[in-house]
Amino acid sequence: MSTINHTQDELIEEFGLFEDWADKYEYLIDLGKKLLPMSESFKTEENVIKGCQSKVWLHAEKQGDLVVFQADSEAIIVKGMISMLIRVLSNHTPEEIMKADLYFIDQIGMSQHLAQTRSNGLVAMVKQMKNYALAFNALS
Amino acid sequence: MAEKLDLNLIRKDFPILDQQVNGSPLVYFDNAATTQKPHVVIDALHRYYTQDNANIHRGLHTLAERATTGYELTRTKLKDFLHAPSTDQIIFTSGTTAGINLVAQTYGRANFRAGDVILVSNLEHHSNIVPWQMIAEETGAAVQVIPVDELGVLDMVAYQSLLTNRVKLVAVNHVSNAIGTINPIKQMIDMAHRAGAKILIDGAQSVAHFDIDVQDLGMDFFVFSAHKLFGPTGVGVLYGKRELLESMPPYQGGGEMIKEVSFSGTTYNELPYKFEAGTPNIADVYAFGFALDYLASLPQNAVWEQEKALLDYATEQLSQIDGLRIVGQAPEKIAVVSFVIDGVHPQDIGVLLDKFGVAIRTGHHCAQPLMARYDLVGTCRASFAFYNTKEEIDLFVKALKRCLMMLS
Repeated sequence: MSTINHTQDELIEEFGLFEDWADKYEYLIDLGKKLLPMSESFKTEENVIKGCQSKVWLHAEKQGDLVVFQADSEAIIVKGMISMLIRVLSNHTPEEIMKADLYFIDQIGMSQHLAQTRSNGLVAMVKQMKNYALAFNALS
Repeated sequence: MAEKLDLNLIRKDFPILDQQVNGSPLVYFDNAATTQKPHVVIDALHRYYTQDNANIHRGLHTLAERATTGYELTRTKLKDFLHAPSTDQIIFTSGTTAGINLVAQTYGRANFRAGDVILVSNLEHHSNIVPWQMIAEETGAAVQVIPVDELGVLDMVAYQSLLTNRVKLVAVNHVSNAIGTINPIKQMIDMAHRAGAKILIDGAQSVAHFDIDVQDLGMDFFVFSAHKLFGPTGVGVLYGKRELLESMPPYQGGGEMIKEVSFSGTTYNELPYKFEAGTPNIADVYAFGFALDYLASLPQNAVWEQEKALLDYATEQLSQIDGLRIVGQAPEKIAVVSFVIDGVHPQDIGVLLDKFGVAIRTGHHCAQPLMARYDLVGTCRASFAFYNTKEEIDLFVKALKRCLMMLS
Protein backbone atom coordinates (compact mmCIF):
# COMPACT_ATOMS: atom_id res chain seq x y z
CA MET A 1 0.00 0.00 0.00
CA SER A 2 1.36 3.30 -1.08
CA THR A 3 1.75 6.06 1.49
CA ILE A 4 -0.33 9.24 1.45
CA ASN A 5 2.66 11.27 0.34
CA HIS A 6 3.56 8.78 -2.35
CA THR A 7 0.09 9.14 -3.86
CA GLN A 8 0.35 12.92 -3.64
CA ASP A 9 3.68 12.82 -5.48
CA GLU A 10 2.11 10.61 -8.16
CA LEU A 11 -0.64 13.16 -8.71
CA ILE A 12 1.89 15.99 -8.91
CA GLU A 13 3.77 14.03 -11.54
CA GLU A 14 0.61 13.27 -13.53
CA PHE A 15 -0.41 16.94 -13.56
CA GLY A 16 3.16 17.92 -14.39
CA LEU A 17 2.67 16.37 -17.83
CA PHE A 18 0.25 19.11 -18.84
CA GLU A 19 1.46 22.44 -20.03
CA ASP A 20 -1.68 24.49 -20.16
CA TRP A 21 -4.58 24.86 -17.81
CA ALA A 22 -7.12 23.46 -20.25
CA ASP A 23 -5.33 20.10 -20.38
CA LYS A 24 -5.12 20.02 -16.59
CA TYR A 25 -8.81 20.72 -16.30
CA GLU A 26 -9.73 18.16 -18.93
CA TYR A 27 -7.80 15.62 -16.86
CA LEU A 28 -9.54 16.79 -13.68
CA ILE A 29 -12.94 16.54 -15.38
CA ASP A 30 -11.99 13.06 -16.57
CA LEU A 31 -11.11 12.06 -13.00
CA GLY A 32 -14.50 13.40 -11.95
CA LYS A 33 -16.28 11.29 -14.53
CA LYS A 34 -14.38 8.19 -13.48
CA LEU A 35 -15.07 8.67 -9.76
CA LEU A 36 -16.52 5.40 -8.47
CA PRO A 37 -20.24 5.89 -8.01
CA MET A 38 -21.38 6.36 -4.43
CA SER A 39 -24.06 3.99 -3.18
CA GLU A 40 -27.37 5.84 -3.37
CA SER A 41 -28.10 4.61 0.16
CA PHE A 42 -25.25 6.82 1.42
CA LYS A 43 -26.59 9.95 -0.28
CA THR A 44 -28.50 10.94 2.81
CA GLU A 45 -29.20 14.33 4.33
CA GLU A 46 -26.78 13.42 7.13
CA ASN A 47 -23.94 12.90 4.67
CA VAL A 48 -24.45 16.18 2.83
CA ILE A 49 -21.89 18.95 3.03
CA LYS A 50 -23.58 22.05 1.70
CA GLY A 51 -21.58 24.50 -0.33
CA CYS A 52 -23.14 27.73 -1.49
CA GLN A 53 -23.39 26.47 -5.08
CA SER A 54 -23.07 22.70 -5.04
CA LYS A 55 -23.49 19.82 -2.61
CA VAL A 56 -20.98 17.18 -1.62
CA TRP A 57 -21.94 13.84 -0.08
CA LEU A 58 -19.34 12.07 2.05
CA HIS A 59 -19.54 8.65 3.67
CA ALA A 60 -16.80 6.97 5.73
CA GLU A 61 -16.48 3.51 7.18
CA LYS A 62 -13.81 1.45 8.85
CA GLN A 63 -12.68 -1.70 7.02
CA GLY A 64 -10.25 -3.47 9.30
CA ASP A 65 -7.71 -0.89 10.37
CA LEU A 66 -8.36 1.38 7.41
CA VAL A 67 -10.83 4.17 6.75
CA VAL A 68 -12.63 3.97 3.42
CA PHE A 69 -14.32 7.02 1.95
CA GLN A 70 -17.04 7.33 -0.68
CA ALA A 71 -18.13 10.71 -1.96
CA ASP A 72 -20.02 12.45 -4.73
CA SER A 73 -20.96 15.93 -5.90
CA GLU A 74 -23.37 17.58 -8.32
CA ALA A 75 -20.53 19.46 -10.05
CA ILE A 76 -17.98 17.61 -12.17
CA ILE A 77 -14.91 19.70 -11.27
CA VAL A 78 -15.67 19.18 -7.59
CA LYS A 79 -16.01 15.45 -8.36
CA GLY A 80 -12.53 15.55 -9.89
CA MET A 81 -11.19 17.07 -6.70
CA ILE A 82 -13.08 14.48 -4.64
CA SER A 83 -11.62 11.70 -6.75
CA MET A 84 -8.09 12.89 -5.92
CA LEU A 85 -8.86 13.36 -2.23
CA ILE A 86 -10.22 9.84 -2.02
CA ARG A 87 -7.24 8.44 -3.90
CA VAL A 88 -4.92 10.18 -1.43
CA LEU A 89 -6.76 9.62 1.86
CA SER A 90 -8.93 6.52 1.49
CA ASN A 91 -7.62 3.13 2.67
CA HIS A 92 -5.33 4.60 5.28
CA THR A 93 -5.34 4.37 9.05
CA PRO A 94 -7.08 7.09 11.05
CA GLU A 95 -3.73 8.25 12.34
CA GLU A 96 -2.24 8.62 8.86
CA ILE A 97 -5.29 10.57 7.71
CA MET A 98 -5.22 12.87 10.73
CA LYS A 99 -1.57 13.70 10.13
CA ALA A 100 -1.83 14.13 6.36
CA ASP A 101 -0.58 17.41 4.92
CA LEU A 102 -2.34 17.82 1.59
CA TYR A 103 0.41 19.65 -0.28
CA PHE A 104 -0.49 18.26 -3.70
CA ILE A 105 -3.50 20.55 -4.16
CA ASP A 106 -1.33 23.64 -4.16
CA GLN A 107 1.37 22.02 -6.26
CA ILE A 108 -0.96 20.97 -9.07
CA GLY A 109 -2.43 24.50 -9.11
CA MET A 110 -5.89 23.62 -7.81
CA SER A 111 -5.82 25.50 -4.51
CA GLN A 112 -8.47 27.93 -5.74
CA HIS A 113 -11.03 25.16 -5.34
CA LEU A 114 -10.26 25.00 -1.65
CA ALA A 115 -10.11 28.77 -1.31
CA GLN A 116 -13.65 29.33 -2.55
CA THR A 117 -14.86 28.26 0.83
CA ARG A 118 -18.49 29.08 0.41
CA SER A 119 -19.02 27.85 -3.11
CA ASN A 120 -18.30 24.15 -3.24
CA GLY A 121 -18.01 22.51 0.16
CA LEU A 122 -14.54 21.06 -0.50
CA VAL A 123 -12.88 22.71 2.48
CA ALA A 124 -15.61 21.37 4.71
CA MET A 125 -15.19 17.96 3.07
CA VAL A 126 -11.47 17.77 3.85
CA LYS A 127 -12.24 18.83 7.41
CA GLN A 128 -14.94 16.20 7.64
CA MET A 129 -12.59 13.46 6.34
CA LYS A 130 -10.17 14.34 9.12
CA ASN A 131 -13.01 14.44 11.65
CA TYR A 132 -14.02 10.91 10.66
CA ALA A 133 -10.41 9.79 11.12
CA LEU A 134 -10.36 11.45 14.52
CA ALA A 135 -13.60 9.73 15.54
CA PHE A 136 -12.47 6.31 14.31
CA ASN A 137 -9.17 6.80 16.12
CA ALA A 138 -10.96 7.60 19.36
CA LEU A 139 -13.08 4.45 18.99
CA SER A 140 -10.20 2.09 18.31
CA MET B 1 -29.94 59.39 -35.71
CA ALA B 2 -29.55 59.13 -31.97
CA GLU B 3 -26.20 59.73 -30.35
CA LYS B 4 -24.14 56.57 -29.82
CA LEU B 5 -21.70 55.85 -27.04
CA ASP B 6 -18.04 55.96 -27.96
CA LEU B 7 -17.12 52.71 -26.24
CA ASN B 8 -13.39 53.14 -26.74
CA LEU B 9 -13.54 56.37 -24.79
CA ILE B 10 -15.98 55.06 -22.20
CA ARG B 11 -13.90 51.98 -21.47
CA LYS B 12 -10.92 54.22 -20.76
CA ASP B 13 -12.97 55.77 -17.96
CA PHE B 14 -13.00 52.38 -16.18
CA PRO B 15 -9.37 51.44 -15.56
CA ILE B 16 -10.14 47.97 -14.17
CA LEU B 17 -11.51 46.77 -17.51
CA ASP B 18 -8.12 46.96 -19.18
CA GLN B 19 -6.42 43.86 -17.79
CA GLN B 20 -5.63 40.23 -18.46
CA VAL B 21 -7.17 37.55 -16.25
CA ASN B 22 -5.68 34.07 -16.42
CA GLY B 23 -3.91 35.07 -19.62
CA SER B 24 -6.97 36.40 -21.45
CA PRO B 25 -8.50 39.88 -21.68
CA LEU B 26 -10.98 40.37 -18.83
CA VAL B 27 -14.62 40.11 -19.86
CA TYR B 28 -16.60 41.45 -16.92
CA PHE B 29 -20.21 40.28 -17.09
CA ASP B 30 -21.04 40.37 -13.38
CA ASN B 31 -22.45 43.88 -13.29
CA ALA B 32 -25.61 42.86 -11.45
CA ALA B 33 -23.38 41.86 -8.52
CA THR B 34 -21.38 45.06 -8.63
CA THR B 35 -20.47 47.59 -11.28
CA GLN B 36 -16.97 48.88 -11.95
CA LYS B 37 -15.97 52.41 -10.98
CA PRO B 38 -14.97 55.26 -13.27
CA HIS B 39 -11.73 57.21 -12.74
CA VAL B 40 -13.62 60.17 -11.31
CA VAL B 41 -14.88 58.04 -8.40
CA ILE B 42 -11.47 56.49 -7.70
CA ASP B 43 -9.83 59.92 -7.91
CA ALA B 44 -12.41 61.40 -5.55
CA LEU B 45 -11.63 58.75 -2.93
CA HIS B 46 -7.93 59.49 -3.23
CA ARG B 47 -8.51 63.24 -3.08
CA TYR B 48 -10.75 62.96 -0.05
CA TYR B 49 -8.16 61.06 1.96
CA THR B 50 -5.21 63.12 0.77
CA GLN B 51 -6.83 66.54 1.21
CA ASP B 52 -10.17 66.69 2.98
CA ASN B 53 -10.57 63.90 5.53
CA ALA B 54 -12.26 64.99 8.78
CA ASN B 55 -15.32 64.04 10.76
CA ILE B 56 -18.43 65.83 9.61
CA HIS B 57 -21.14 68.13 10.95
CA ARG B 58 -19.68 69.16 14.31
CA GLY B 59 -16.10 70.26 13.63
CA LEU B 60 -15.49 73.97 13.22
CA HIS B 61 -12.23 73.69 11.35
CA THR B 62 -11.66 73.96 7.64
CA LEU B 63 -11.25 70.26 6.92
CA ALA B 64 -14.46 69.44 8.79
CA GLU B 65 -16.21 72.08 6.73
CA ARG B 66 -14.88 70.64 3.48
CA ALA B 67 -15.75 67.06 4.42
CA THR B 68 -19.26 68.08 5.52
CA THR B 69 -19.85 70.04 2.32
CA GLY B 70 -18.67 67.12 0.20
CA TYR B 71 -20.85 64.62 2.06
CA GLU B 72 -23.95 66.80 1.92
CA LEU B 73 -23.37 67.64 -1.73
CA THR B 74 -23.92 63.98 -2.59
CA ARG B 75 -27.25 64.13 -0.74
CA THR B 76 -28.25 67.08 -2.89
CA LYS B 77 -27.18 65.25 -6.05
CA LEU B 78 -29.28 62.26 -4.94
CA LYS B 79 -32.30 64.46 -4.39
CA ASP B 80 -31.99 65.51 -8.04
CA PHE B 81 -31.19 61.96 -9.20
CA LEU B 82 -34.37 60.59 -7.59
CA HIS B 83 -36.47 63.73 -8.19
CA ALA B 84 -37.15 63.73 -4.45
CA PRO B 85 -38.89 66.72 -2.86
CA SER B 86 -36.15 67.37 -0.30
CA THR B 87 -32.73 66.28 0.89
CA ASP B 88 -34.25 65.44 4.30
CA GLN B 89 -35.78 62.35 2.75
CA ILE B 90 -32.45 61.00 1.49
CA ILE B 91 -30.95 58.79 4.20
CA PHE B 92 -27.52 57.25 3.84
CA THR B 93 -27.19 53.60 4.82
CA SER B 94 -24.53 50.99 4.17
CA GLY B 95 -26.48 49.42 1.30
CA THR B 96 -29.82 48.10 0.07
CA THR B 97 -29.92 45.40 2.73
CA ALA B 98 -29.37 47.94 5.50
CA GLY B 99 -32.14 50.17 4.10
CA ILE B 100 -34.65 47.31 4.07
CA ASN B 101 -33.69 46.29 7.60
CA LEU B 102 -34.07 49.89 8.75
CA VAL B 103 -37.63 50.08 7.42
CA ALA B 104 -38.50 46.63 8.80
CA GLN B 105 -37.13 47.39 12.26
CA THR B 106 -38.59 50.88 12.59
CA TYR B 107 -41.70 51.23 10.43
CA GLY B 108 -42.43 47.51 10.72
CA ARG B 109 -42.01 47.27 14.46
CA ALA B 110 -44.15 50.35 15.06
CA ASN B 111 -46.94 49.35 12.69
CA PHE B 112 -47.19 45.58 12.20
CA ARG B 113 -49.56 43.66 14.46
CA ALA B 114 -50.64 40.03 14.73
CA GLY B 115 -52.76 39.14 11.72
CA ASP B 116 -51.20 41.79 9.46
CA VAL B 117 -49.69 40.77 6.15
CA ILE B 118 -46.42 41.76 4.50
CA LEU B 119 -46.47 40.96 0.78
CA VAL B 120 -43.26 40.10 -1.03
CA SER B 121 -42.82 38.49 -4.44
CA ASN B 122 -41.34 35.19 -5.55
CA LEU B 123 -38.69 37.18 -7.45
CA GLU B 124 -37.08 38.72 -4.37
CA HIS B 125 -33.46 38.63 -3.28
CA HIS B 126 -33.04 37.15 0.21
CA SER B 127 -32.42 40.65 1.55
CA ASN B 128 -36.00 41.58 0.68
CA ILE B 129 -37.38 38.42 2.29
CA VAL B 130 -35.46 37.70 5.49
CA PRO B 131 -35.82 41.14 7.17
CA TRP B 132 -39.60 40.82 6.73
CA GLN B 133 -39.62 37.27 8.09
CA MET B 134 -37.69 38.49 11.12
CA ILE B 135 -40.07 41.34 11.92
CA ALA B 136 -43.08 39.14 11.10
CA GLU B 137 -41.93 36.64 13.68
CA GLU B 138 -41.58 39.38 16.28
CA THR B 139 -44.90 41.06 15.60
CA GLY B 140 -47.10 38.11 14.66
CA ALA B 141 -47.57 39.40 11.11
CA ALA B 142 -47.41 36.96 8.17
CA VAL B 143 -45.32 37.11 4.99
CA GLN B 144 -47.24 36.21 1.84
CA VAL B 145 -45.89 35.79 -1.66
CA ILE B 146 -46.93 37.17 -5.06
CA PRO B 147 -46.40 34.27 -7.49
CA VAL B 148 -44.31 34.41 -10.64
CA ASP B 149 -45.11 32.61 -13.92
CA GLU B 150 -42.94 30.38 -16.15
CA LEU B 151 -41.52 33.37 -18.03
CA GLY B 152 -40.58 35.23 -14.87
CA VAL B 153 -43.48 37.69 -14.83
CA LEU B 154 -45.35 38.48 -11.62
CA ASP B 155 -48.99 37.41 -11.56
CA MET B 156 -50.90 40.71 -11.30
CA VAL B 157 -54.26 38.99 -10.84
CA ALA B 158 -52.90 37.07 -7.88
CA TYR B 159 -51.33 40.30 -6.58
CA GLN B 160 -54.71 42.02 -6.69
CA SER B 161 -56.39 39.20 -4.82
CA LEU B 162 -53.60 39.07 -2.21
CA LEU B 163 -54.06 42.80 -1.54
CA THR B 164 -56.61 42.42 1.25
CA ASN B 165 -57.12 45.02 3.94
CA ARG B 166 -54.76 42.98 6.16
CA VAL B 167 -51.78 43.95 3.99
CA LYS B 168 -49.73 46.62 5.75
CA LEU B 169 -46.77 46.71 3.41
CA VAL B 170 -45.74 45.43 0.00
CA ALA B 171 -42.00 44.91 -0.57
CA VAL B 172 -40.97 44.13 -4.13
CA ASN B 173 -37.97 44.67 -6.33
CA HIS B 174 -38.12 46.93 -9.35
CA VAL B 175 -35.95 44.47 -11.26
CA SER B 176 -35.17 40.83 -10.45
CA ASN B 177 -31.47 40.33 -9.74
CA ALA B 178 -31.55 36.67 -10.76
CA ILE B 179 -33.42 36.80 -14.07
CA GLY B 180 -33.75 40.48 -15.00
CA THR B 181 -37.55 40.87 -15.05
CA ILE B 182 -38.66 44.51 -14.88
CA ASN B 183 -41.72 44.66 -12.65
CA PRO B 184 -44.57 47.10 -13.42
CA ILE B 185 -43.92 49.09 -10.27
CA LYS B 186 -46.03 52.11 -11.16
CA GLN B 187 -49.05 49.84 -11.40
CA MET B 188 -48.02 47.87 -8.31
CA ILE B 189 -47.61 51.06 -6.27
CA ASP B 190 -51.03 52.33 -7.31
CA MET B 191 -52.64 48.99 -6.51
CA ALA B 192 -50.99 48.85 -3.07
CA HIS B 193 -52.15 52.36 -2.25
CA ARG B 194 -55.71 51.69 -3.38
CA ALA B 195 -55.71 48.74 -0.99
CA GLY B 196 -54.46 50.98 1.82
CA ALA B 197 -51.01 49.40 2.00
CA LYS B 198 -47.60 51.05 1.99
CA ILE B 199 -45.01 49.89 -0.52
CA LEU B 200 -41.23 49.59 -0.50
CA ILE B 201 -39.40 49.25 -3.81
CA ASP B 202 -35.98 47.57 -3.83
CA GLY B 203 -34.17 49.47 -6.57
CA ALA B 204 -30.81 47.70 -6.25
CA GLN B 205 -31.01 46.35 -9.79
CA SER B 206 -32.89 49.20 -11.43
CA VAL B 207 -31.06 52.41 -10.56
CA ALA B 208 -28.26 51.70 -13.02
CA HIS B 209 -30.73 51.27 -15.85
CA PHE B 210 -33.65 53.67 -15.41
CA ASP B 211 -34.49 57.22 -14.60
CA ILE B 212 -36.26 57.02 -11.23
CA ASP B 213 -38.77 59.71 -10.28
CA VAL B 214 -39.93 58.88 -6.76
CA GLN B 215 -42.62 61.55 -6.79
CA ASP B 216 -44.11 60.45 -10.07
CA LEU B 217 -43.95 56.76 -9.09
CA GLY B 218 -45.20 57.51 -5.60
CA MET B 219 -43.64 54.63 -3.66
CA ASP B 220 -43.42 55.04 0.13
CA PHE B 221 -39.84 53.76 0.37
CA PHE B 222 -37.12 53.28 -2.21
CA VAL B 223 -33.78 51.62 -1.42
CA PHE B 224 -30.63 50.99 -3.43
CA SER B 225 -26.83 50.61 -3.22
CA ALA B 226 -24.17 52.93 -4.61
CA HIS B 227 -21.89 50.08 -5.70
CA LYS B 228 -24.37 48.85 -8.28
CA LEU B 229 -24.49 52.39 -9.67
CA PHE B 230 -20.76 52.76 -10.46
CA GLY B 231 -20.10 54.16 -6.97
CA PRO B 232 -18.16 52.75 -4.00
CA THR B 233 -19.17 49.80 -1.85
CA GLY B 234 -20.57 50.44 1.62
CA VAL B 235 -23.03 53.19 0.71
CA GLY B 236 -26.76 52.80 0.32
CA VAL B 237 -29.68 55.14 0.03
CA LEU B 238 -33.09 55.03 1.63
CA TYR B 239 -35.70 57.45 0.30
CA GLY B 240 -38.98 57.69 2.17
CA LYS B 241 -42.09 59.84 2.24
CA ARG B 242 -41.63 62.58 4.78
CA GLU B 243 -44.63 61.82 6.99
CA LEU B 244 -43.58 58.18 7.26
CA LEU B 245 -39.93 58.94 8.03
CA GLU B 246 -40.99 61.48 10.62
CA SER B 247 -43.37 59.10 12.32
CA MET B 248 -40.86 56.25 12.43
CA PRO B 249 -38.82 55.72 15.61
CA PRO B 250 -35.03 55.96 15.22
CA TYR B 251 -33.16 52.81 14.25
CA GLN B 252 -29.76 52.81 15.91
CA GLY B 253 -28.87 55.06 18.83
CA GLY B 254 -25.63 56.98 19.14
CA GLY B 255 -23.98 60.20 18.07
CA GLU B 256 -25.31 62.34 15.22
CA MET B 257 -28.91 61.09 15.59
CA ILE B 258 -29.61 63.04 18.81
CA LYS B 259 -30.70 66.58 19.57
CA GLU B 260 -30.03 66.57 23.32
CA VAL B 261 -28.92 63.78 25.60
CA SER B 262 -29.38 63.61 29.35
CA PHE B 263 -29.90 60.72 31.72
CA SER B 264 -33.48 61.79 32.21
CA GLY B 265 -34.17 61.47 28.49
CA THR B 266 -32.93 62.10 25.00
CA THR B 267 -34.47 63.97 22.12
CA TYR B 268 -33.74 62.95 18.57
CA ASN B 269 -32.33 64.89 15.68
CA GLU B 270 -34.33 65.92 12.63
CA LEU B 271 -34.46 64.06 9.33
CA PRO B 272 -32.30 62.73 7.82
CA TYR B 273 -29.84 62.61 10.73
CA LYS B 274 -32.29 60.79 12.99
CA PHE B 275 -31.44 57.66 10.97
CA GLU B 276 -27.71 58.25 10.58
CA ALA B 277 -26.25 57.34 13.96
CA GLY B 278 -22.48 57.33 14.27
CA THR B 279 -19.79 58.52 11.88
CA PRO B 280 -21.04 57.65 8.41
CA ASN B 281 -19.06 56.40 5.43
CA ILE B 282 -18.00 59.94 4.52
CA ALA B 283 -15.36 59.17 1.90
CA ASP B 284 -17.50 56.76 -0.08
CA VAL B 285 -20.58 58.98 0.08
CA TYR B 286 -18.46 61.85 -1.21
CA ALA B 287 -17.02 59.75 -4.05
CA PHE B 288 -20.49 58.41 -4.91
CA GLY B 289 -21.47 61.94 -5.88
CA PHE B 290 -18.93 61.76 -8.69
CA ALA B 291 -20.49 58.54 -9.99
CA LEU B 292 -23.80 60.39 -10.23
CA ASP B 293 -22.11 63.26 -12.09
CA TYR B 294 -20.46 60.79 -14.43
CA LEU B 295 -23.78 59.12 -15.24
CA ALA B 296 -25.43 62.49 -15.79
CA SER B 297 -22.70 63.35 -18.31
CA LEU B 298 -23.58 60.35 -20.51
CA PRO B 299 -26.33 60.53 -23.14
CA GLN B 300 -29.01 58.52 -21.32
CA ASN B 301 -30.75 57.25 -24.43
CA ALA B 302 -27.50 55.98 -25.87
CA VAL B 303 -26.81 54.11 -22.61
CA TRP B 304 -30.19 52.39 -22.83
CA GLU B 305 -29.69 51.61 -26.51
CA GLN B 306 -26.32 50.04 -25.78
CA GLU B 307 -27.70 47.88 -22.96
CA LYS B 308 -30.64 46.80 -25.10
CA ALA B 309 -28.31 45.92 -27.96
CA LEU B 310 -26.15 43.82 -25.62
CA LEU B 311 -29.19 41.99 -24.22
CA ASP B 312 -30.59 41.23 -27.67
CA TYR B 313 -27.25 40.11 -29.07
CA ALA B 314 -26.40 37.90 -26.07
CA THR B 315 -29.88 36.35 -26.09
CA GLU B 316 -29.59 35.61 -29.80
CA GLN B 317 -26.08 34.15 -29.56
CA LEU B 318 -26.76 32.04 -26.47
CA SER B 319 -30.02 30.69 -27.87
CA GLN B 320 -28.05 28.99 -30.63
CA ILE B 321 -26.20 26.76 -28.18
CA ASP B 322 -27.62 23.23 -27.99
CA GLY B 323 -29.23 22.38 -24.67
CA LEU B 324 -29.07 25.96 -23.40
CA ARG B 325 -32.24 27.36 -21.89
CA ILE B 326 -32.68 30.98 -20.85
CA VAL B 327 -34.34 31.26 -17.45
CA GLY B 328 -36.48 34.37 -17.28
CA GLN B 329 -38.01 35.39 -20.59
CA ALA B 330 -40.16 38.26 -19.44
CA PRO B 331 -40.99 40.69 -22.26
CA GLU B 332 -39.57 43.52 -20.14
CA LYS B 333 -36.03 42.74 -19.00
CA ILE B 334 -32.85 44.58 -18.18
CA ALA B 335 -29.55 43.46 -19.69
CA VAL B 336 -29.29 40.21 -17.74
CA VAL B 337 -29.27 36.72 -19.22
CA SER B 338 -29.70 33.85 -16.78
CA PHE B 339 -29.34 30.40 -18.30
CA VAL B 340 -28.93 26.68 -17.64
CA ILE B 341 -27.47 23.99 -19.87
CA ASP B 342 -28.73 20.39 -19.94
CA GLY B 343 -26.58 18.04 -17.91
CA VAL B 344 -24.10 20.70 -16.80
CA HIS B 345 -23.82 22.17 -13.30
CA PRO B 346 -23.61 25.99 -13.36
CA GLN B 347 -20.61 25.93 -11.01
CA ASP B 348 -18.52 24.01 -13.55
CA ILE B 349 -19.27 26.65 -16.18
CA GLY B 350 -18.37 29.46 -13.78
CA VAL B 351 -15.03 27.87 -12.85
CA LEU B 352 -14.02 27.20 -16.45
CA LEU B 353 -15.17 30.56 -17.84
CA ASP B 354 -12.99 32.26 -15.24
CA LYS B 355 -10.02 30.43 -16.74
CA PHE B 356 -10.89 32.14 -20.04
CA GLY B 357 -10.98 35.53 -18.29
CA VAL B 358 -14.78 35.70 -18.33
CA ALA B 359 -16.47 36.77 -15.10
CA ILE B 360 -20.10 35.73 -14.75
CA ARG B 361 -22.08 34.73 -11.68
CA THR B 362 -23.28 31.20 -11.03
CA GLY B 363 -25.46 29.83 -8.26
CA HIS B 364 -28.76 30.75 -6.70
CA HIS B 365 -28.13 34.52 -6.78
CA CYS B 366 -29.45 34.87 -3.21
CA ALA B 367 -32.88 34.04 -4.59
CA GLN B 368 -33.41 30.46 -3.44
CA PRO B 369 -37.23 30.69 -3.47
CA LEU B 370 -37.07 31.69 -7.14
CA MET B 371 -34.69 28.82 -7.96
CA ALA B 372 -37.06 26.46 -6.11
CA ARG B 373 -39.96 27.84 -8.19
CA TYR B 374 -38.17 26.70 -11.35
CA ASP B 375 -36.77 23.55 -9.72
CA LEU B 376 -33.17 24.63 -10.33
CA VAL B 377 -30.06 24.43 -8.13
CA GLY B 378 -28.88 27.63 -9.75
CA THR B 379 -28.22 29.35 -13.05
CA CYS B 380 -25.37 31.02 -14.90
CA ARG B 381 -25.97 34.75 -15.09
CA ALA B 382 -24.30 37.18 -17.45
CA SER B 383 -25.19 40.78 -16.61
CA PHE B 384 -24.12 43.71 -18.73
CA ALA B 385 -23.33 47.37 -18.29
CA PHE B 386 -23.08 50.08 -20.94
CA TYR B 387 -19.28 49.71 -21.04
CA ASN B 388 -19.55 46.14 -22.30
CA THR B 389 -19.25 45.36 -26.00
CA LYS B 390 -20.56 42.91 -28.56
CA GLU B 391 -16.98 41.74 -29.07
CA GLU B 392 -16.93 40.73 -25.41
CA ILE B 393 -20.13 38.74 -25.94
CA ASP B 394 -18.39 36.97 -28.82
CA LEU B 395 -15.45 36.11 -26.54
CA PHE B 396 -17.86 34.91 -23.86
CA VAL B 397 -19.86 32.71 -26.24
CA LYS B 398 -16.70 31.26 -27.76
CA ALA B 399 -15.32 30.50 -24.28
CA LEU B 400 -18.64 28.99 -23.22
CA LYS B 401 -18.60 26.64 -26.22
CA ARG B 402 -15.07 25.53 -25.33
CA CYS B 403 -16.14 24.94 -21.71
CA LEU B 404 -19.00 22.76 -22.92
CA MET B 405 -16.61 20.75 -25.09
CA MET B 406 -14.34 20.23 -22.11
CA LEU B 407 -17.26 19.14 -19.95
CA SER B 408 -18.87 16.84 -22.52
